[in-house]
Amino acid sequence: MSAESSPKIVIVDESPIRAAILEEGLREAGFTEVVHISEMQSLLSRIYAVDPDIIVIDLENPSRDVLEQMFQVSRAVRRPIAMFVDQSDAASIQASVDAGVSAYIVDGLKKERIKPILDLCVSRFNAFSKLQDELDRTKHALEERKVIDRAKGILMKLKGLTEEEAYVLMRSTAMREKKKIGEIAQSILTASELLK
Amino acid sequence: MTTPLRIGFIPLVDAAALIVAADKGFAAAEGLDVTLVREVSWSNVRDKLNIGLFDAAHLLAPVAIASSLGLGHVKVPIAAPFNLGLNGNAITVSPALYAALIEAIDGDRFDPMATSRALARVVAKRKKSGAEPLTFGMTFPFSTHNYQLRFWMAAGGVDPDEDVQLVVLPPPYMVDSLASGHVDGFCVGAPWNSIAVDIGVGHILHFVADILPTAVEKVLAVRQNWSERRPDVVVSLVRAHLRAAEFIEQPENRSEVAQLLAQPERIGVDAEVIQRTLDGRLKISPDGTLRESSRYLLVGREAAARPDPAQAAWLYAQMVRWGQTPFRPDALKTAMAVFRPDLYDAATGTGRAADTVTAVSAFAGPPFDPNDVAGHLAAFKIGRWKP
Repeated sequence: MSAESSPKIVIVDESPIRAAILEEGLREAGFTEVVHISEMQSLLSRIYAVDPDIIVIDLENPSRDVLEQMFQVSRAVRRPIAMFVDQSDAASIQASVDAGVSAYIVDGLKKERIKPILDLCVSRFNAFSKLQDELDRTKHALEERKVIDRAKGILMKLKGLTEEEAYVLMRSTAMREKKKIGEIAQSILTASELLK
Repeated sequence: MTTPLRIGFIPLVDAAALIVAADKGFAAAEGLDVTLVREVSWSNVRDKLNIGLFDAAHLLAPVAIASSLGLGHVKVPIAAPFNLGLNGNAITVSPALYAALIEAIDGDRFDPMATSRALARVVAKRKKSGAEPLTFGMTFPFSTHNYQLRFWMAAGGVDPDEDVQLVVLPPPYMVDSLASGHVDGFCVGAPWNSIAVDIGVGHILHFVADILPTAVEKVLAVRQNWSERRPDVVVSLVRAHLRAAEFIEQPENRSEVAQLLAQPERIGVDAEVIQRTLDGRLKISPDGTLRESSRYLLVGREAAARPDPAQAAWLYAQMVRWGQTPFRPDALKTAMAVFRPDLYDAATGTGRAADTVTAVSAFAGPPFDPNDVAGHLAAFKIGRWKP
């Protein structure tokens, strides 16, 4: 690899969305040679076929252990690879473990060339987790909404209440029992199932 | 006052003492508030222990040594005051390879020398016919599985680097890879061998006890500087886990232990499969053939939990034999010092009475002498190390 050219980066990730987020970030930062591997079968030969300078893998991936084989002296390995650990920089190791990402590099690649790539991976991984959390929260809220609507319907039918009154009844019960309105709604659904 | 501890583990049956200590109250009784963190790779366990996210870990014994020597990774000295298990691995092969081995075998099917020589014949035949070399899976470059497989096949004349392919596979992928034909066999811990047999894609060819009657497998690992800073916690850890190990070995507790291990957030497989390993009574063929061995997995028997530096020396010798590191007397000393019978004895009060430094004797080659590793290795024809 010449000093000017963009290092070749392989992203090993079974999550296509996270890989896309990372790939986009890398390209925006000017790293144009990015290959995403999502298939873990025969992972090493896939990686050797690309012959990357840097490999990025998420910590939830059991195949991290497969990558350890690349450090072994073997005829299969064309270039020695090491995990990127800068022992002088505990904060950056901590940040990458917290974000859930690790990087492996070809020996000899300069530290100042790797640091911005790793930093970018960390921030993109964190961005992805945030997205994932928001998505989970939205999903949960939507489901709760549905449960509340169904419980409202049951109350309206059984007690002859208006929609507004049914909602007020659930909310005041929730406050009195120090529970969430979603939990009260769920109890109504469960009870009505049982009494059917 | 309780001490909060985070301990990393991989879902395998030899994490039994950790799981039982945490879930059955032995850790709490020693004033430890243990949070077990299930991990997906040995790399993660090692890295999180190294940077202090874990206080202790379920670790492959060779990884503890490699970490202390700085092999393949950052150098972080590790102390291993407690063995979590001896033996417990098995070599499983595909039905096709099993049939080929039985056809080629001259001798007892359970004799590792006979199967190893049979493997050499199968390998030679494949080479002659131009077939792809056989591929075997193991769990990590610095793993007992890697060394046990290599030791076994080299004894019969198969060079593990030249004649076959050895690939690292995460344990949960082993069975699928055997079923899909990506590997022809593997060496792994429980419960994966049994699962391969149960779904009909593998035959258990050897228990590791066939190859080495006593083989250290996983250790309870802590950072050496942590062990020096918190000697009281090390004492509590060893005691809690010794109690747990003794509990596990009582036959009347086995089904309760299997249930604890089977929990979804622990190992997460059927309790019955786990109990086979604990009982040492395994189905070895899809046709239901059973094989029993009291030495299948040792957790708390025969002073199994007491670290034996001779075992560390044997593992270091394997690293040298297979070219992972050149031989250096000072490195051998460092490797042996990872295993800490002194910490074990201080915690359990067993002292010299329990001094059962066992000879490491494998089925092939001369008896192992930690004082003459070079001489020992010189006796083996196949290997990457040259005196």
